[in-house]
Amino acid sequence: MEWIFLLDKTIIAFIAFSITLLIATYSTYAERKIAAFLQDRVGPDRAGPFGMFQPLADAGKFFFKEEIIPATSNKFLFIIGPGIAMTTALMTSVVIPWGGTLEIGDRLVSLQVSDLNIGVLYVFGVVSLGVYGIMIGGWASNNKFSLLGAIRASSQMISYELGMGLSLISLIMLTGTLSMSEIVEQQHGFWADGYFSWYFFKQPIGFLIFIVCAFAECNRTPFDLAECEAELVGGYHTEYSSMKLGFYMFAEYINMFISSAFMASLYFGGYNFPFMDDLGLSQNWITIIGVIVFFLKIFAFIFFFMWIRWTIPRFRYDQLMRLGWQVMMPAALLHIFATGAVILFNQH
Amino acid sequence: MLTIAFYILSALTISSALMVLFSKSPIYSVLWLVICFFSITGHYILLDAHFLAIVNLIVYAGAIMVLFLYVIMLMNLNKESEPQKPVWLKFASVITGCLLMIVLAGALKGYSELPPAAITEDFGTAKGVGKVLFTEFLMPFEVASILFITAMVGAVILAKKHVND
Repeated sequence: MEWIFLLDKTIIAFIAFSITLLIATYSTYAERKIAAFLQDRVGPDRAGPFGMFQPLADAGKFFFKEEIIPATSNKFLFIIGPGIAMTTALMTSVVIPWGGTLEIGDRLVSLQVSDLNIGVLYVFGVVSLGVYGIMIGGWASNNKFSLLGAIRASSQMISYELGMGLSLISLIMLTGTLSMSEIVEQQHGFWADGYFSWYFFKQPIGFLIFIVCAFAECNRTPFDLAECEAELVGGYHTEYSSMKLGFYMFAEYINMFISSAFMASLYFGGYNFPFMDDLGLSQNWITIIGVIVFFLKIFAFIFFFMWIRWTIPRFRYDQLMRLGWQVMMPAALLHIFATGAVILFNQH
Repeated sequence: MLTIAFYILSALTISSALMVLFSKSPIYSVLWLVICFFSITGHYILLDAHFLAIVNLIVYAGAIMVLFLYVIMLMNLNKESEPQKPVWLKFASVITGCLLMIVLAGALKGYSELPPAAITEDFGTAKGVGKVLFTEFLMPFEVASILFITAMVGAVILAKKHVND
């Protein structure tokens, strides 16, 4: 039975990988359409119906553009930089529970590649490695603007990682586990024991801190100082061209997708939906609807990311650092104390 | 299977550790050190110490090495500007290294006579490590955290030129 288990996991990993790439591709299209909608424009509409093939055209353009590797750059690190960014972005999807369990024949197949008992920490570890792609790329370009952009981007990511981790600690104090699938399972349904079961309703402030830090981690507006073109030409990827630039941009969209999935499963119940026990459907149908609901939640978050991008202007760098260290971190620490006090109060 | 994984990881660990020493460029040294930490994380996973593995990854590979990389990138160290160390210093470091190896070898000599450690059910998980840290080893744990705070305060004071401002 060992090989069947491995086969299941391989298929799930492959599907998760393809879906991640597909959604990241179409996020670029969605971003342009949403930007157009918010600014009362039409947006891309030439390639295919409603411009549906625009991402394919973009990818083709990226491949056929001339590729320039600066003569003074460190060639090996210059080439490996985008690869590291892409790899670390794709590695996180391993622990995300995409759905409940399917019954195939007499076997139960869980729609999660690997249920690590330290799932939440694993995501953190991989996210903290994401800095390397940016720093190596920026340094290897041998360009002062790239180096400054890389240092900006990575110090921003390190600063906001702290707030993010601390806001998660108060969540983990409630869940009592680090396993992603157990955390999602605890939010079963929508209403339990006279209160909402989703952790968003138990930890709204923690979620607020988390989502602000997630924006900063993904280098999205209002925190996209890494590519602040008014000051830095183009940020850490100034010297990059062709598909290498495409990889960096693509990694950003994958990060956005993964952090949306992360928020949806930690705070918004993952694949759980209201009245899931009252429908009277079989296990498999509940699981399939759950997967669809999970993806709808993810799309809602991706839309929110894009909505913010076209609504709020960019912060200044000192404002960004002040927000990170003097607002987010103390707020997250206070939140931990408050959560601890409430847990103690409830026990007695 | 596990034995093969162990040998591959050990080869990776030792060769990357040697590459840290032999690389001419400091940037490459740091990057090899990151790979070395990665393979040590792999060893922890083989030992079923999952929590320790991921903490090793977050703290060493994810935080400390990034700061190393920062400093080296900003200092713009190149092969040409690397200072040549005097010969006596090289001899002294070789002798010290050998002495350390003798001490370690002596300490590990009787390892086969040690009884196998009792492995509980939650060994290596966050729960197990937390319980041990906050009951059996509470005192050393707290003292270590005070040590860290002292180091951090000291670094801030050194970095600030005018403390009284």
